[in-house]
Parts: sequence; structure tokens; C-alpha cells
Amino acid sequence: MTLALAAKEVAAKLETRFPGSIVESNNNDIVVKSQSLFGLASFLKTAPDLEFNYLAAITAVDYYNYFELVYQLTSLKHNHSLVLKTRCNDRDNAVVPSLVKLWRGADYQEREIYDLLGISFTGHPNLKRIFLWSGFEGHPLRKNYL
Amino acid sequence: MEIDITHKFIYPDAELDKAEGEAIETLKANCQQTIPDADSWLDEEIQRNVMLTSLDSVINWARSSSLWPVICFPACCAFELIAMQASRFDISRFGMEILRASPRQADLMITAGTLTWKMAPQVKRIYEQMAEPKWVIAMGACGISGGIFRSSYNVVPGYNHIVPVDVYVPGCPPRPEALLYGIKMLQDKIAKGSLVTKG
Repeated sequence: MTLALAAKEVAAKLETRFPGSIVESNNNDIVVKSQSLFGLASFLKTAPDLEFNYLAAITAVDYYNYFELVYQLTSLKHNHSLVLKTRCNDRDNAVVPSLVKLWRGADYQEREIYDLLGISFTGHPNLKRIFLWSGFEGHPLRKNYL
Repeated sequence: MEIDITHKFIYPDAELDKAEGEAIETLKANCQQTIPDADSWLDEEIQRNVMLTSLDSVINWARSSSLWPVICFPACCAFELIAMQASRFDISRFGMEILRASPRQADLMITAGTLTWKMAPQVKRIYEQMAEPKWVIAMGACGISGGIFRSSYNVVPGYNHIVPVDVYVPGCPPRPEALLYGIKMLQDKIAKGSLVTKG
């Protein structure tokens, strides 16, 4: 079975490498600042003892005050996994960096989040609606959509 | 000749997306009312007394016993439909074992599943591509009224907003027996039709 890494230990390792980029961490997940998300993710992908070469899923949650993006990473080589999170506080102009350059699987999932929650991904090659049509008003998975 | 990858297609993506969005909005605006059910045959008993001929009965027998469904199954009711088509329930007993991939060769549309507005133009196009005479069975709660997704932002509240429906089969999903019963009712309807009056 895939081993879920102790997120606190990974966070301690990341903190030495990227000081000030971790918002908080517990046993299950690491919350990072969105500005340093891309650098952190590419480190997680390439570091020899981590090598998260597979992005299993991205999803986003609306917590009223902020959006939280959840990245589920897996290493097929070491057979371990990690949950990475980031937050964006600005509802009207929610922006996070795209991870398509690291994992191609992020492409459609980021488009889905853009479509349903209205979060923009900078650096995405083809950011447009995927389930709904161009011209649709609003983002249905936002809590204030009715 | 070198292909310029920015002009891979005749129309740029943004233009195609805009056209698709406009087509869906137009369809949605035009489909707010339901299309009346094709049920005029129900009170046609008296009118038909004069026109009933042996030709009618031969043609109706041929039509009702060789219904070919078109492959257009947008969601989960399709599994009950597949069960009905396969050997245990076996619709080939009624002369309709061939599911046609081309709407040109089909005369029955079984709407198995929830329909989204994004998919609606394609379903309408499939229906329009089918040759006359053609019939529609609305299968399952979503096919009849949108089901539990009726108030959703992206679900068509019943196929009768898009295409005229002949038979409604309720259930979520309907059992294969229920669908077979619906098909038998459609065959009864076809048997009562007339070449002269369409109903």
C-alpha cells in the first residue's frame, strides 16, 4: 500500500530549503503560500528521496473566506504520497500558479476548477471553460452561486 | 508546405468556443417550452375507420417489428439499456437487436440518461439526422423531467424540451422489463398508425 508521508517531516525539510514558504502543516498535509507553490512543487517532483512524479488529483474547496486548493501527490518510484495545499484569499481575483509545466495531468483539472470555482491559473496553456460553455454566467461551485 | 501551428484549424479555438456557447444559449432560450407529445393517435379511432387499409397493417407490422435504436446514451440508464439489449432480456426477440452507430440507419431514440445543456445540441442533431419515420422513448426520471437534477444549472429538464417524445418509461433507472414494456407500448402505437394521417 502507498505510504502517506508524515507531512510535518516533509514540511520541516521544505522549510530549510524554502524559508518562509510554509503557512502551516500537520500530520496529514502541508499548506504553502501560493507565491512559492511552483518552486516548491518542482522541488517535490525532482528531489531524489521524494520524487513525486505523479499528480493524482487537484481539487478546490470554497471556505467562504478563502479558496483552498488541494494537490494529491504520489511517487510511483518510492510508493509514497503527500497532500499539498494552498490558499487564495481574494475571491474576486483568485489566482494561483499553474502546475501544468510539471505534471501534464493538471491541465484538465485546472480547467475544471477555473470553470466551476473561477480560480485563474497563471501559466496555464489553454485556460477556458471545460464543462460549461463559453458565455455561461458565474461559477456554480462557489458557495454564493445560486 | 509548412503548417503554421497557430492556424492549425480553419477557425481559431476562441471563435469556435464562442460559436458553441452562443448555439447552446440559443437552444436553451428556444427550448423553455416542452414539445407536445406525439399522442394525437390516441383519439383518432373514429377518423381512422375510413382510412384503414391492409397496406397500413403490413407497413406498420414491418415498422414495429424492426425498430433499430440509435446509439445515444448520455448517462447511467444506458446500463439498464445494455442489459435489456444483451442475452438475458434480449430485445432481438422484437426484431431490434441492432443498435445503429449511425442515426441515418436508426428509427428509435432511447434517451437513456441525464442530458446536460452542453450535450443537448448534439442530441438534437442526432435526432434530426434520423430518417422519418422516427420515434423517441424517454427513459428514466432524468429523461422524463430532469429527475433529481431538474433544478441544476446545466441539466435539461426533460427530453421533451429538445425532441418530441412518444413513450415515457419511469424509474431510476427503469428495470429492463419496464423498458421492454415501454417498447411494446411503442409497437402498439406504431401498429395503430396510418400512412395517411401522421400521429
